[in-house]
Amino acid sequence: MNSFQYSRAQDIADAVRQSAADSSARFIAGGTNLVDLMKYDVERPTRLIDISHLPLRAVEETSNGGLRIGALVLNSDLAWHPQVKDRYPLLSSAILAGASTQLRNMASTGGNLLQRTRCLYFYDVATPCNKRKPGSGCSAIGGVNRINAILGTSEACIATHPSDMCVALAALDATVHVTGPHGVRTIPMADFHRLPGDTPERDTNLESGEIVTAVELPAHGFRTNYTYLKIRDRLSYAFALVSVAAALEIDNGAIRQARLALGGVAHKPWRDPEAEAVLAGQPVEQDTFARAAKVILRDAKGYGHNDFKIDLAQRTIIRALNQAAQGTPQSQSDKRIA
Amino acid sequence: MTNYIGTATSRVDGRDKVTGVARYAAEFGAPDLVHASIVTSPIAKGHIKRIDRARAMDVEGVIAVLTHQDRPAMADSDKAYKDDVAPEEGSPFRPLYDDRIQFSGQPVALVLAEDSETASYAASLIDITYDEEPHVTDFARARDKAVALDAPAKPRGDAASAFATSDVRHHADYFVPIEHHNPMELFASTAIWNDGKLTVYDKTQGVQNVHGYLCRVFECDPDDIRVVSPFVGGAFGSGLRPAYQAALAVLAARAVHRSVRLVLTRQQMYALGYRPAMIQRIQLGATADGALNAIAHDAVTSTSRYEDFHRNETTWSSLLYKSETASYQHKLAHLDLATSCDMRAPSAATGVYALEAAMDELAVALGMDPVELRLTCYSDRDQRTGLPFSSKNLRECYRRGAEAFGWDRRSGAPRSMREGRELIGWGMATGVWEALQMPITVRIALTSNGHAEVSCATADIGTGTYTIMTQVAADVLGLPIEAISIKLGDSTLPQSPVEGGSWMAASVSNGIVTTGKAIRDDLLKLAQHIPGSPFKGLSNDEVMLVDGAITSRANRRDAIAIADVVRAASIDRIERKEQTTFAKDKAHAHNTHSAIFAEVRVDEDIGVIRVARIVSAVAAGRILNPKTARSQIMGGMVWGIGMALHEETLIDHRLGRIMNANIAEYHVPVNADVHDIDVIFVDEQDDFVNPMGIKGLGEIGIVGVAAAIANAVYHATGVRVRDLPITLDKLTRTA
Repeated sequence: MNSFQYSRAQDIADAVRQSAADSSARFIAGGTNLVDLMKYDVERPTRLIDISHLPLRAVEETSNGGLRIGALVLNSDLAWHPQVKDRYPLLSSAILAGASTQLRNMASTGGNLLQRTRCLYFYDVATPCNKRKPGSGCSAIGGVNRINAILGTSEACIATHPSDMCVALAALDATVHVTGPHGVRTIPMADFHRLPGDTPERDTNLESGEIVTAVELPAHGFRTNYTYLKIRDRLSYAFALVSVAAALEIDNGAIRQARLALGGVAHKPWRDPEAEAVLAGQPVEQDTFARAAKVILRDAKGYGHNDFKIDLAQRTIIRALNQAAQGTPQSQSDKRIA
Repeated sequence: MTNYIGTATSRVDGRDKVTGVARYAAEFGAPDLVHASIVTSPIAKGHIKRIDRARAMDVEGVIAVLTHQDRPAMADSDKAYKDDVAPEEGSPFRPLYDDRIQFSGQPVALVLAEDSETASYAASLIDITYDEEPHVTDFARARDKAVALDAPAKPRGDAASAFATSDVRHHADYFVPIEHHNPMELFASTAIWNDGKLTVYDKTQGVQNVHGYLCRVFECDPDDIRVVSPFVGGAFGSGLRPAYQAALAVLAARAVHRSVRLVLTRQQMYALGYRPAMIQRIQLGATADGALNAIAHDAVTSTSRYEDFHRNETTWSSLLYKSETASYQHKLAHLDLATSCDMRAPSAATGVYALEAAMDELAVALGMDPVELRLTCYSDRDQRTGLPFSSKNLRECYRRGAEAFGWDRRSGAPRSMREGRELIGWGMATGVWEALQMPITVRIALTSNGHAEVSCATADIGTGTYTIMTQVAADVLGLPIEAISIKLGDSTLPQSPVEGGSWMAASVSNGIVTTGKAIRDDLLKLAQHIPGSPFKGLSNDEVMLVDGAITSRANRRDAIAIADVVRAASIDRIERKEQTTFAKDKAHAHNTHSAIFAEVRVDEDIGVIRVARIVSAVAAGRILNPKTARSQIMGGMVWGIGMALHEETLIDHRLGRIMNANIAEYHVPVNADVHDIDVIFVDEQDDFVNPMGIKGLGEIGIVGVAAAIANAVYHATGVRVRDLPITLDKLTRTA
């Protein structure tokens, strides 16, 4: 770990000011990912701007019937929030599928969005990694890549985004509120994270100095037909090999609207309008589910150790859509797959 | 007269551990303590070309940077570096000795600073350039160049011919990857400098092994170094040999004449030892009714380029089952990694996995129940020597285990049991380990206030040695356990072997009995001098120590309190130090056994595997403490789940580097992976193995568990996965 300055932000404007003044500064809230990365020398911030005391802990209904979640709301508080449990159980379930109770008790909503990949090479400073050191090369291609991406990859990077929460937020069409040197703006969840392209060092579309202040959920929470199904190498406390957030609106045995987002397979939560269009207007049938899965995975590409993810994703998507259609969402405590 | 032995007793050190009173190697300190941090090699093989330490030296608080170029003197013969349990062949690794790089993660520089943050920061600023040489870390590549070892056991008959003509044959290769111990406590040493003499607090399974090693490496008198290790947060074999940080802490203290603490990071610990990777080919030939007539077991295991570490994987199939013929072969593959080492049940966790998975496949080929096949091949004699066992109640393990599990309700065909979308599989396996004991010396000091201090340089690596020593001493001396205190983990205490091989319970317990008897004899002599003594004319064996008094066996009313005897003699203590050696029982084989039954549930679509329950019935001689014994077996069984389903050290062979060197990505079972665990101890009186009939429990808990689970996965799915760990993708691969 390197030496760094520590300062507390007085308010959001001060946080933005401090951040804009020093591109090597990092915001710190729960620190559940950043501190690890600093210990590994992956992150070497010159300054930590402590935002943990800023007034961003509210969960409030919005005027259009949605829910606005402050960036500092803890993952566990969010998962167990009555409004979230009741109206957005998909989000609650996805959060509880991630990390451990201890980590969820520390980790914040904004921090969850900004957590970095778990690619083995990103974490080991002795190895080349374009995300950590642009231009040094991608070791995961041709290396140990069981946990790496199969969709939206580039020659520069095959890392995945590790969040479970973000997969649910993507499925729910959430919006990210940010404040920056040029004022406030909103970013649709689909545009918040990036694909690696040739700049894998950039995880998100946040501009310099911008801070996440809230995440907003639209009114529709898909509370009846949903699931978050996470498949991993042990039954808890592991990152997803493949995870599926599925949300359906079913009317008289037909799917009126469908949302499908994948985790563990790409540099961002993976959604595909074409796959969702395959489902929309169709009866609840296995063949439809299988076709939607095929469509969302149509460009999937394995890199050796992770080849199995393509077939696993196909099976998991079908199962998740069944869980959602039948109203039997995956339990995050009973590990038997519903 | 046994009160405590055999009784479930809570850990005597439990309170100290949960309240933080128990101190571990990294928790000892001294005023003016120097903190050390290691720089490791990113390359697997080559030489150090240049070390630029300028930026590190510029950091405020940095005291020194030590490398092979400017370290204090170290011995230059291999002999000095060979510790008590080092492999016979090869040249042990010498930390910071020269410019050679032998494995990725090798320590190449040591930064000393006033605090640990400064030391680790400065370590990140050291710039080293290397001359790289080609390396090989891929077991699959090195396997072809593996070197045959001397025949591990004498073959019986012509196994090849017998196999070829068998009614039913099975042969297959079984793979076990490199696995790491990952004890909870990080490896650490704190070397306290006192006018040139050093007390080294170290995480180790053998203080005297480390002591001898350090004295040889630094060419100093035995009195100059003392090694202390009162508590160890798990080691599982990784602490049998001196870990390099002990030498580096001493090196640093001698360089700066100050006390030094060095704590390894989790990642650095992956460059210590590990369970070797291995391929085992098993061939089994049987008659149509399930009698084995050929066993062939060929193993190829991995070690480093510079030392030949190996254990005897094939020995287990050579002793366990009745077979007319048998043959064995063991080859060693050399890789550019650190030397492999003992890890819980070395050779048995792996060798028995392969044998028992193969036995399951043979049972399928025969259309026989797996338990019935094992009973058909059951041997009352060690098949290698023909000797009967000192005790072997494995038959009862099968019976009790099967009964507790409900094995008779199993339907034989794979994929024949299910609940909803979950396929249910029931599998079983046999476990076996050896019952050993080592010479040991125990000192007992009995004071006039009725307190006894028992001391021996053994270790308690979390297994409960403190507790069983207390129980045995209390019974032997006729005192309550509150009157016993134990001293261990100090190289200045009476001689002890390293704690390993499941031999410590038997060794130290019998050691306490020997010295306890000497104390009794002394007490009798003193008691006979008391006016009106009821003991006049009685021999040593006619008295016993019970309820705090020396007591006549013939007449329990003839008793004098121990404290009164000591006081009457006008002394304040009786002290005896005795060595215990064990007569070689050449008439018997000595082993512990177990029968493991496992239920897995596998999701039919996705392949997610859940281990719903495991029953292990263990026959391991006299059980000193059913409570700690159960914990120890449970720990082994949980580890067996990890071995079957999770554990694998991943290496990038281009870089020659371990890539999942942390416990987020090196998976071990978590609570969600562990469900019902049932431990049954089957009675086993053993009159031959040692006077107390103790056989040891450290290893047997894990042996066979991975095979039972692998066999259950086959029974559930019909898919036979022969390369561990059984991850879900292997159930659907088309190979």
